[in-house]
Amino acid sequence: MATPGIIEIIDVKKQYTVDGENLQVLGGLNLSIQPGEFLSVVGVSGCGKSTLLRLLIGLDADYEGEIRVGGALVRGTSLERGIVFQDHRLFPWLTVRENVGLGLTNSSWSDAEKQKAVQEHIELVGLAGFEGAYPHQLSGGMAQRAAIARGLVNRPSILLLDEPFGALDALTRSNLQQELQRIWQTEKISMVLVTHDVDEAVILGDRVVVLHARPGRIERVVEIDVPHPRDRDNPQLKRLADEVREAIVGPHN
Amino acid sequence: MKWLRGLVLPVLLLATWELLTRYHLVNVRLLVEPGRVVATFLRELREGELLSQLGASLARDLGGATLGSAAGILVGTAMGTSRFYDRLLGSSFHAAKQVAIFAWIPLMSVWLGTGEPAKVVFIALSAFYPVVLNTFEGIRSVGSQYVEVARVFRFTRLQVFRRVILPGAAPSILAGIQVALVYSWLATIGAEYLLAAGPGIGNLMIDGRESFQMDKVLVGVVLVGAVGASISALASAIGAWQLRWRVTSA
Repeated sequence: MATPGIIEIIDVKKQYTVDGENLQVLGGLNLSIQPGEFLSVVGVSGCGKSTLLRLLIGLDADYEGEIRVGGALVRGTSLERGIVFQDHRLFPWLTVRENVGLGLTNSSWSDAEKQKAVQEHIELVGLAGFEGAYPHQLSGGMAQRAAIARGLVNRPSILLLDEPFGALDALTRSNLQQELQRIWQTEKISMVLVTHDVDEAVILGDRVVVLHARPGRIERVVEIDVPHPRDRDNPQLKRLADEVREAIVGPHN
Repeated sequence: MKWLRGLVLPVLLLATWELLTRYHLVNVRLLVEPGRVVATFLRELREGELLSQLGASLARDLGGATLGSAAGILVGTAMGTSRFYDRLLGSSFHAAKQVAIFAWIPLMSVWLGTGEPAKVVFIALSAFYPVVLNTFEGIRSVGSQYVEVARVFRFTRLQVFRRVILPGAAPSILAGIQVALVYSWLATIGAEYLLAAGPGIGNLMIDGRESFQMDKVLVGVVLVGAVGASISALASAIGAWQLRWRVTSA
């Protein structure tokens, strides 16, 4: 079981050099993520939200500033931090069961414990019965469910989601948003969701961070003080969604 | 019943062959009647050494193809996973590839003689090229997105190679081996023709030609074709089973 810790992003800056020019992708980000919190991050394209996730997961170490989890500096990837990408990235040559089990390859659990965890998580995401299917046999929505199961199977203390439903049709997206809300309530771990869909951000997040682009900085943080489980038609949510939209369009942009 | 359609052409050809020879529309000393070819085949099977000759050719083919494929996988993997080996071997490799395979024969017959070793090396060479190219391409084309997933799960470099790169490259490698199997059978017959005499189907055909026994030659031709087709079919079947996780549409 993972012990949750606070995630601290301290004055993080990142720049790319394109054609000799410096592009400031992130310009001094400061943010704290509480254990068990669901944080949504929204912003226009190019505001650095996906970059932020890559720094958090540890795939990219080229930045200034500090990222700490439970006080310790983030150095590289860790089994404590899981991620779901926009393209599901399931290995095509493995079945659903084997794919979900990938997260447990280097864990010290016994085979019986691993099998149990894999089965539990396949059921958690609603894929019971599809354990032996290959990725090419799954729909986009089902593949993403499997990717979520894979990200959760080794019980990380935080799950990052990089526009996980961006490539899916509207109905599937809406369905999976409800599912993610249920999964988060069951697992009770921290989640950071990057999305360009404001309604998605508001229905899922405890807080919504609005990033503005070039350089990427926090424009506003909107608190979503509505109890879970949330109803899409809640007027308070609609008002908050409008507030977020205003912040995206906002004075700086 | 669709497979019956596949038989129409061969049956037509066979019928044409029979007609041409029966009514002496061609010189039957050149194009022997199918009946006589079958009789010769059965005779060679009983009293001649047809089976051992076939065995000799197949053994040579298997030895050379295995040698060439193994070397191909090793070199292809080295070039695909290490920039150092890629730069070291790359350009010489691509230059040598342009040399037509049969052009190596004169050089090899001077270096290795014309006996068994030369034949096996020649066959190995013909298998080597398609396997190296496909292994290299296959390894290179494994997407970095899968490697990133492996990094998130803290895979060691060996794990990344065994569990991500190899399975990802497998379709390409297997395609290379299928091509290698076809080429090496061709090279086997070629080697028997162009290098010194020895047991084998190629020699059956040379004997037939030299003593003007066209029935023997035709037996050889049919056998070469039949074995070649069987090898291809076997290779395809193995490929299809191995890669059952793949979407077959492009």
